[in-house]
Amino acid sequence: MAEITQLIHQYLRHNKKFPLVFCPGCGHGIVLGSLVRSVHALGLAKDDVVIVAGIGCSGRIAAYVDFNTVHTTHGRALTVATGIKMANPKLTVIAVMGDGDAFSIGGNHLIHAARRNIGVTALVLNNFIYGMTGGQCSSTTPEGAYSHTCPQGQLESAFDIVELTRAAGAAGVSRGTVYHVKELDALMAEAISRPGFNLVEALTPCFTQYGRGNGFKSAVEMFKWLKSSCLPVERYEKLEDRTGKLPIGTFVRRDVDGLETRWANMRQALAAKKGGAA
Amino acid sequence: MGRNRVVVYPDWCKGCGICAAFCPKKVFAVGQDGKARVVNEEACVNCGFCEPHCPDFAVLVIPGETDQTPCPSETAQDPADQTAAKEVKP
Ligand SMILES: Cc1ncc(C[n+]2csc(CCOP(=O)(O)OP(=O)(O)O)c2C)c(N)n1
Ligand code: SF4
Ligand code: SF4
Ligand code: SF4
Repeated sequence: MAEITQLIHQYLRHNKKFPLVFCPGCGHGIVLGSLVRSVHALGLAKDDVVIVAGIGCSGRIAAYVDFNTVHTTHGRALTVATGIKMANPKLTVIAVMGDGDAFSIGGNHLIHAARRNIGVTALVLNNFIYGMTGGQCSSTTPEGAYSHTCPQGQLESAFDIVELTRAAGAAGVSRGTVYHVKELDALMAEAISRPGFNLVEALTPCFTQYGRGNGFKSAVEMFKWLKSSCLPVERYEKLEDRTGKLPIGTFVRRDVDGLETRWANMRQALAAKKGGAA
Repeated sequence: MGRNRVVVYPDWCKGCGICAAFCPKKVFAVGQDGKARVVNEEACVNCGFCEPHCPDFAVLVIPGETDQTPCPSETAQDPADQTAAKEVKP
């Protein structure tokens, strides 16, 4: 197994300060590893990969990896990613966002990126909370859960990221967890490979801001919760009682061209018409 | 295949306890200094859990005795230190 840790080192920017800025047991570091392994497994050159990050603890991932990286503003990672992909479709563009980033402030960009099917992979690190700013509720905070801005329990219902992105028209939608990390690696690689807009929701514990207020004794307890409550969607669908269970796996696989490809085709068709007429 | 070697890099370890909680062979324990240490290296079966699950890339498992691949991290710990760490009771 030694190659796993060693592989990560090939992709880290060693001039950055280590260890990672994240709290002990924060799942974000595991997602970082998964991202690196999936890119490596696909044999992509570092220079052909662009990581576009938003703001949040999750956005800090971009600072550590030796790809082309852009740290954008809160909620706007997908707008910048869309521009990059349209300008240079040969690049593999991955937008790394938190749940607040992608679905609260950036929710509108997300549904339109999915509708347009821009060929970008959206990696959403869902920790059910705003981690960086101190534990305010996000649009994925579960009903009834504690946060600093809903100390009596969240009254609003949470977005189901998978269903929302499916309805918006994305080419691929999947959910994984940092406990089921080998599956997460595979989901990421599949999403990066599929044309069109692909979203991977990675469930990642934030003990500091979410777990502590919601009855977890430690980060480890949150990993145990992921282990016991998440199961492959094929098995989940056969369950009679789904209370407290969450399906993981790939939920949507659609065969569509990315917007950048449709645009290139249109340009080619127009050029041929012009050429023919001349 | 010889015995597996398991190394924790204390500079990067944050003592979250994930390795200690989930290793099927109880190879790790978190010490009072808030760092994981290898307390039962002989038992490691190279199951593949700890490396991808350490959020801080602080664990290295080197399968077999003969394969002494060094870690490229500059903070990599000298294997001799690891033996010393083992003697301290967590
Ligand atoms: C336009 C703007 N509004 C608000 C903020 C403050 N802010 C920074 S990060 C963040 C939320 C972070 O939560 P999330 O996106 O879920 O990421 P996490 O930190 O949990 O990984 C907010 C509200 C900001 N930086 N910019
Ligand atoms: S606040 Fe939460 S999301 Fe941010 S680094 Fe800490 S555990 Fe991770
Ligand atoms: S999982 Fe990593 S960071 Fe956490 S205690 Fe083990 S070695 Fe340290
Ligand atoms: S590879 Fe498996 S058995 Fe060996 S130390 Fe890691 S978790 Fe334990």
